[in-house]
Amino acid sequence: MTEPLLSIRDLRTVFHTDEGLVRAVDGVSFDVDRGETVCLVGESGSGKTVTGESITRLIRTPPGEIAGGEIVFDGRDLTTLSDAELRSLRGDRIAHVFQNPQGALNPVYTVGWQIVEAIRLHEDVDEPAARSRAIDLLDRVGIPEATRRFDDYPHEFSGGMKQRVSLAMALATSPDLLIADEPTTALDVTIQNQILDLLRELQDEFDMSILLITHDLGVVAEVADRVVVMYAGKVMERGGVFDVFERPSHPYTRALLECLPGRGEGAAIGGTLPPATDPPDGCRFHPRCSYAVDACSEGEQPPACAADDDPDHVVSCVHYEPGGDPSVVRDDRETRLTDGGGEGQS
Amino acid sequence: MTRPLLDVEGLTKHYPVTEGVLRKEVGRVRAVDGISFTVDRGETLGLVGESGCGKSTAARATLRLEEPTDGHVVFDGEDVTDYDDRALTRFRRRAQMVFQDPTSSFDPRMSIGESVAEPLQIHGVRDRERRRRIVADLLERVGLDAADVDRYPHELSGGQKQRVGLARALVCNPDLIVADEPVSALDVSVQADILDLIDRLQQSFGLALVVISHDLGVVREICDRVAVMYLGEIVETAPTEELFEDPRHPYTRALLGSTPVADPRRRGQGTTLTGDVPSPSDPPPGCRFHTRCPEVIPDEDYDLDSETWRAVLDFRLRVLADGVDVEAARTYAAADDDPAAADPDAVRAAIREEFGVPATLSDRKAEAAVADALDSLVADDVDGAADRLADAFPTVCRRERPDLAPATGAVDSETWAAIKRLRVWVATRVDADEATVRDHLERRCANEADRAGEVDRLAVRAAFRLPDPVSDGDAERAVGDAIDALLAGRAGAAADELYEAFGGVRERACHLED
Repeated sequence: MTEPLLSIRDLRTVFHTDEGLVRAVDGVSFDVDRGETVCLVGESGSGKTVTGESITRLIRTPPGEIAGGEIVFDGRDLTTLSDAELRSLRGDRIAHVFQNPQGALNPVYTVGWQIVEAIRLHEDVDEPAARSRAIDLLDRVGIPEATRRFDDYPHEFSGGMKQRVSLAMALATSPDLLIADEPTTALDVTIQNQILDLLRELQDEFDMSILLITHDLGVVAEVADRVVVMYAGKVMERGGVFDVFERPSHPYTRALLECLPGRGEGAAIGGTLPPATDPPDGCRFHPRCSYAVDACSEGEQPPACAADDDPDHVVSCVHYEPGGDPSVVRDDRETRLTDGGGEGQS
Repeated sequence: MTRPLLDVEGLTKHYPVTEGVLRKEVGRVRAVDGISFTVDRGETLGLVGESGCGKSTAARATLRLEEPTDGHVVFDGEDVTDYDDRALTRFRRRAQMVFQDPTSSFDPRMSIGESVAEPLQIHGVRDRERRRRIVADLLERVGLDAADVDRYPHELSGGQKQRVGLARALVCNPDLIVADEPVSALDVSVQADILDLIDRLQQSFGLALVVISHDLGVVREICDRVAVMYLGEIVETAPTEELFEDPRHPYTRALLGSTPVADPRRRGQGTTLTGDVPSPSDPPPGCRFHTRCPEVIPDEDYDLDSETWRAVLDFRLRVLADGVDVEAARTYAAADDDPAAADPDAVRAAIREEFGVPATLSDRKAEAAVADALDSLVADDVDGAADRLADAFPTVCRRERPDLAPATGAVDSETWAAIKRLRVWVATRVDADEATVRDHLERRCANEADRAGEVDRLAVRAAFRLPDPVSDGDAERAVGDAIDALLAGRAGAAADELYEAFGGVRERACHLED
């Protein structure tokens, strides 16, 4: 078994706000292997974006601060690196793509120039060489007439095309890890499909790992190898994509899957996210959980326990702790998915 | 089928593109280009489509929040496009709008009680105590606490704010609510809650609802019928379940196929459309979807499978737009050598590869056209290539614009448009007395009257451009009866006849045979 490319252990990121301390990410652990796609999924406020931004320390300090834990990337703990060391890693071996491509591109420079800049910042190449690489990249991300569009400004591109440009920019240095935060949320479904296809292709071609942050379980099902489900700063469940979708073990994961519009049941999760400054004791989800028992409201978030035979599939729920009874929560979805899953497809 | 609450016919909204100090019109953005739909009392109609397809503009033009360029909006027997300011104010009390972003639709300095009560005040409820009672009652009905009246928008979550938005829309007891992306700014877990609430409110208030959304899951959840829009036009309408089970327009099929399904075993099975939505200022000729359509009708002369046909058409489109990067193909073909000296055969192969056009097409005529075009391209004669391809592949989808017609094929699109024209004319006169109806009819048909100046059946048909007879037997009977009723001055009976026969019919705008 080889070392994972990225290994996050017990990450804690806090924000010092006027209302008090917000533990946005509170003891999050997961791995990203080489060449695989891991999806970080959760509602807004679950801490998924902060997790992604903590990796290359993009969070604003203050008020933000990484209060503990390890982020081991290719054998080095990023939390111990200096800002300068981190900067040389950022945009080189670890690249980011954001939800809003508008914000990632500078409106006063041509897109070609911005990609050339990204290349030359990290590599000692002359301008013509960087230019032809940039054109090649634009071509690879599927921009028609790349040579001609090289000198266009961001506003001359549609939303989907802008997201392709920001992908080209992120790929300029052949990163090992691409952190994509809601990369398709601002796009229409037909364009979203194009971008997801593209991500899959590029991943093979560049042999990179992708950490994809999203709230959309449809997107997760489309691209993930493994899934990390977050809620209120904690990991509720993580495992292979088939395990999580077909044997969702945490009540929260199950509720998320069931409340998708158009899936039939449409059962909403009652209540709202707990206040960020004052999360409940015990399991963070227990006030909204329909399987909660007394033990759920005591102590800390339950530790990650095995959900089934697969050592990779873990769940943080009292029913799975030694002595608990998982069958309380369990519901084998496998049959239902294959029988009644004819929705949304032609 | 009773008369619908809302009948929109030929609604059009163009924005002029002007230039210079004289503001000379140099072009038009055809945001909404002649759409028609009806909404019954208590019914929910979904308007779906990608961003930029004009669905929001359609909603705003329907409520006259923007002046329509053309078309009729008949609301409860009156034409909203004829309203003066006073009538419009009355109309706005009965037709409300809910917006996408609950945060920016409230004044942050007003408590939610004040925000919800504001429409009451505008529409003349002066009694403060009564306003307070109504607001408190409504807040409870949308799932908030009556004590919340004194809270401010920033104290509420997105979902709660959208509840307040619904309360504010309901406060004047409207008949129609238009909700523009009511849940797309909310988290998935909250979306289901709000959709459920909308459903319940609609039933208890007997509301007609138009829901605009790009999310097909949302539409499927709460809509009775769906109209699919593409680039300013409606391409298909159908009852919700029928649309999802059996989509008849290729665009609807593509939209359904592009929505990711939360099932990892079905990954990669979706449809991927090529290209972007074209600009509404310069929509493609013919069917507006033909530039991206995976099911473009092959010309009968050629024997190609649909995938190859799409590739050939993509190539043709790009050549016509002068968008083939021959230079890049040369560079690619030359590998590390000088691009100028690249082998022409390799360049031709590179271009074929880029568009997914096979090395040799199975059809000889098609192959000849593509090969000629490639020769011209390599010789830097783009115009020659464009002419050759345009001549060789004049698909019907590009030649002719398909208009909405019943999916059953009972009547053609021209007749269908004429029937709707007649229907909307009748719908604005259902409450008029017989003499007035006859008078209006005489004026409407004056040009077609016979020599004696009599308006008869033939004159009415000619004035509304209805064929005589209508090809389909049932349709002919309904149209004939309606015209007879009209000639007798009974507009109500004519309207009932037309809505009974033609209301809620599945429609589609496509050249494809079923």
